Formats: sequence, structure tokens, C-alpha cells
Amino acid sequence: MKLHEYQAKEIFADAGIPVPESRLATSVDEAVDAAEEVGYPVAIKAQVHVGGRGKAGGIKIASDGDEARQYADEILGMDLKGYTVEQVLVEAGVDFTNELYVGVTMDRGEGKPVAMVSTQGGVDIEAVAEETPEAIAREHVDPAFGLHPYQARKVVFEAGIPREVAMDVASILTTLYDLYEERDASDIEINPVMITSDDEVVAADAVMNIDDDALFRQPELAELEDETYEDDLERKAGEYGFDYVRLDGNVGIIGNGAGLVMTTLDLVDYYGGAPANFLDIGGGAKAERVTNALDMVFSDSNVDAVVFNIFGGITRGDEVAKGINEALEAFEEIPKPVVVRLAGTNAEEGREILNDELVTVEETLEDAVQRAVEYADEVSNE
Amino acid sequence: MSILVDENTRVVVQGITGGEGKFHTEQMMEYGTNVVAGAVPGRGGQEVEGVPVYDTVDEAVEEEDANASVVFVPPAFAADALFEALDTDLDLVVAITEGIPTQDMAKVKKRLSEVDTRLIGPNCPGIITPGEAKLGILPGNIFADGNVGLVSRSGTLTYQVVDNLTGRGVGQTTAIGIGGDPIIGTSFIDALELFEGDEETEAVVMCGEIGGEDEEEAAAYIAEYMDTPVAGFIAGRTAPPGKRMGHAGAIVSGSGTGTAESKIDALNDAGVPVGDTPEEVADHIEDFL
Repeated sequence: MKLHEYQAKEIFADAGIPVPESRLATSVDEAVDAAEEVGYPVAIKAQVHVGGRGKAGGIKIASDGDEARQYADEILGMDLKGYTVEQVLVEAGVDFTNELYVGVTMDRGEGKPVAMVSTQGGVDIEAVAEETPEAIAREHVDPAFGLHPYQARKVVFEAGIPREVAMDVASILTTLYDLYEERDASDIEINPVMITSDDEVVAADAVMNIDDDALFRQPELAELEDETYEDDLERKAGEYGFDYVRLDGNVGIIGNGAGLVMTTLDLVDYYGGAPANFLDIGGGAKAERVTNALDMVFSDSNVDAVVFNIFGGITRGDEVAKGINEALEAFEEIPKPVVVRLAGTNAEEGREILNDELVTVEETLEDAVQRAVEYADEVSNE
Repeated sequence: MSILVDENTRVVVQGITGGEGKFHTEQMMEYGTNVVAGAVPGRGGQEVEGVPVYDTVDEAVEEEDANASVVFVPPAFAADALFEALDTDLDLVVAITEGIPTQDMAKVKKRLSEVDTRLIGPNCPGIITPGEAKLGILPGNIFADGNVGLVSRSGTLTYQVVDNLTGRGVGQTTAIGIGGDPIIGTSFIDALELFEGDEETEAVVMCGEIGGEDEEEAAAYIAEYMDTPVAGFIAGRTAPPGKRMGHAGAIVSGSGTGTAESKIDALNDAGVPVGDTPEEVADHIEDFL
């Protein structure tokens, strides 16, 4: 789960990390009022869950009321990489001389958190990691003990942070690590930490993502969730509780288990088709979930054919077959051709239950995918 | 022969009184697994499917001589259950639970480095030695006894590949699902090393997926240390960057690491043929035998 910049900044400020004065606004008038209160120049920043907001035009600096009105009007309601901007953060501009990067994330290879510091702040840190990895100093943390203060100092000095602000940056890093641990973050970072002309440090941006699997013990953070979706289909998937990713092809895909669903997508591509989505109905799915999955895929107007691939371990083929029949019998006319492949637990029973006037049944994964690709071609050429 | 589990494995099920724990205990016993005890705090003295339940794993080991555990404990309590298992003198712990907070697993991983116990999972289907024992939720009927080892990050993909193998009469020594989470107990390399040391395993299937660098590291290991031939499969060739494909670990980062392409290239460079389809993986394995 992602927090908005303004939410993360509130948490950082409460923990003692210096942040610029700011107000949240949801209308142009509110934004102008906020700018007057905060004092010019102000940064007007779109609050949406996408990276690279600045480059995409979602962050503007206003030096007076007219500019504040103009930029707030431009940014509020704009489409930023598929997301509509509904709120902006109006923040006091910082007169900075230098920009740093500070962050904590999980190094999955090591199985340990890693604290990172770099003098290359204010730019895409992933690009820095790729091109000049030596520009980022890293320190692995023993999760049983947390980040020792000496480690924070060590990584700050290794990164070559100017001596005047080194201890302040180390202190920010220590606080970030504590938040990372206490709040079950998956990533936490400030990019950039700005250094002002009088050697103060200020968190000019804030990223904080929370481990979804830990939300059960972070109820306050769970309440902050502002789930925005790229489109209505992803919203629907969220409501149904499916792992769903929309792609741009025309073969709808439903399956159980992440690895097998990914494989089904890959095979659609391999046999010359284009996958429309990733949809994992999960283990042990009952008839209703199957019906919901078909509803999801049929709701995507790009879909010309559907392949349903179930390998039952804890999922039972007869349950799946019942769900497919129920879902399809509700239609006067089946919206798009459906190919079903059932294997594993109770697959034979399932194949007997399936109404083959409504679906095409195939025995193997390869056959099912090829048939679905053929159908999709036929439908799209009609 | 086989690796890690066989007919002599004595299993304690942690969380045996829950719905999943109970159902799969039944299934494991039906398959022939020697389930000797259950462990659930506060349920000591009860029985499930004729298996005695103890309050602690320690008691289960003491009283019933258990040497392996299977964990069906819900995510909020799973890390605690794993610490309990790791503090007992077990050889193997198999964690089925999905959704354990990542930072909990980092702490478990740290503890794991201090003990001799092996952990498989979490968020995995478990391990099976066909005809002898299964610890987990794999459907036993698709497996057959034979000479091919299998290690996979995914559950249902494992079943698919096993089905392709068994369908043409190629059985397995042992199959391990190592789990789809970012932090897991047994890596590809650990499993490959065990298969390399097993005399009966004549070929190995390795099923990976996008995300992380485990497959690349495994490729380097295979090139350097393995005589047993390996065939691979990588799921997620069509996955777009930045989108989590179901598994918490299955994500291609924005900077392009963890892609299927990099994994396939690394495996090919190590002399490992990678099938375009599960059927092709089975073809490669048949060529090896």
C-alpha cells in the first residue's frame, strides 16, 4: 500500500524529521488560500500514486497568487499517467544548495533491510543505481537489532555527505529506519533531502509504502489507504479481491496460482496471441469466485476470447465447472468464446459437469491456449 | 533415494486444529506421510484424525520424536510459530502460510542462519517424495516415483510441469516448492545442491519466475558445481515492469532487473535449456534420461 506524499510527510514530521510548511487543497480557491498562508514561492504538487510527477507536469513552482491560481487549475483534475489528480499539496519553497537521497528498503537477496544514502538526490534513484552504483552508499541492517547509530554515521560519511550536515542526515536516516520498522514499511525514502544555504536539512519529498501483509497490525495506516485505480476494471478487481493486472491484448486469462497464470499469459504470447490480463482466482476458489472472474474478464471490452486454466490442488475442478456453468447460463448469448482446461483435483468430474454448448473444453494447457488464440483472432476479424 | 523427506520422516503439524491444518493432515496421512503429532497452544490433550495434539512443538518432539514440522498457522502468528519450530531440534520446517509480513521473515531468516534446521517456504506448496511422504498441500496423485528432481517457486506451475513429466512416464525423486515470497528459507541453490548430492536424481527441473535474482545466482551455481543436467522454465515473459504478478516476489523492477529475459539468458549461458512451454521442459528432461 502506498501513502501519499502529504500523508508520509505528516508521519515524518511527527517523528521529528524537518519538512517544509504545507497545506493540502482539493480546489483552486483552497490552493490559492493555502499559498497565501504558506508564503511565496510555493510548490504545488499533485498527490497521486505515480512516480516522476515533476517530469509529467504534476509539480509547479508559483511565485505569486496569479501563478498559484493558474498552476492549481492546471494540476487539479489533470490526468497523470492514467490517474486523475484530486488533491494538491501546497508547500513552502525551499531555497536549497544541494539535494541528497536517503532511504531504507528490503534487500531480498540478503534477506536484510538496507539503508542507503547518496549525494545524487533529486533525480531518479533507480537510474543512479543502474548507471553509477558506487554513488549510493549502502549499509545492511541486522533486523534483530535495527540500525545502530554508528551504522547511520558510517553510511553517511561513506556517501560523502558534507560534514556540516552529516550528523543531521544520519539522524534523519536513524529516524527513517525506526519508522520503517515500527510501521512495517516496504520502502521509505526522502528524495531529495534539501540542504539550505544555512546548512539546514529539509525533507522535500516523502515516499512511504507499507507491506500489505502487515496492514492487519497497522490499523491507523490501513485507514489512510486511498486506493486509486488506473481504470474501472482494476477497481472492480480490488472489490472482488482478485490479483489482477490489465494488459493491452485481446485474450482474457483466468487461472489459479501466480506462476501458472503467468505461464498461461506467456503461452498466449508464444502461440501468437496477446494477453488481455493477469487474473489469479487463488487457491480453493468456489463457484461464486469463478463467476466473478468471468464477469471481470467480460467487462474488458478488449477481450475477444477467454481461456480458463485451472490446475487443482486445493481448488476442485467440479466447483470451478459449476461456477463456469452458472456464470454462462445467466447470459442469453455468451459474450465471447470461452475455452476451459481443467486438471488436477476432481478435474474429470468437472469436465463432465461443464456444459459444452457454452464452452470449449480442452485437455491440455497448450491446446487450450492455442484454441483461445484462434477464437480471439476470429472474433477480432469479424 | 530422495532428499529431505522420506518414509522415516516424523511430522508434527503446527496449526493442526484449523480448517486447512486439519484437511491437509488428513490428505498427508492418506498419502502415507507419518504424521505423529500436532502442536496448537491451548489444545494440548486433544486429538485430530487420531493424532495427539500438544501445546508446544517441544513436547511434540519430546513425546513423539517428531523431526519435521509443517506450519499452517495464520500469518499474524506464523513468525512466532516459525521461531518456536527453529528453537526445537527439528531437521526440517515447511511453512505453507501465505501473507507473512516481510519484516517478520527477515527476523526468521536471521534466526535460521544460527540453527541447523532447514526451512522451506513460506507461501509454498511444500515438498513431496513420491510414494513415501508429502509435507504440504501438493496433490499427491499427479506425482510418480522416479529419477527427476524438481524445484519451483510456484505451486500450480509445479503441478503443471509434474503432470507433463508423469504423463510421459517420467517420475520424480523429490519435488520442492520453495515459495513465491521475497524472503524464503530454501533457495534454488540449496535445493540444487541437495539434488546434486542425491545419487538417484538423474536430472533436475528448475521452475523460476520474474523478480529477484535467485535464478541468475542458481545459473552461476549450476555452471560451476553441477554434473546433474538441469532443464529450466521461467514464468512471466510477458509481465510488464512495476506490476506485481500475484506473488509478492514476482515483480520486474522499474530499472529492469528481475526480467524473464535476464534469467533465461543466465540459464542458457550455464548450459541449461529453458523450455518455451512446460511440454518442452519435459522434452529436455527426456533427452537427459
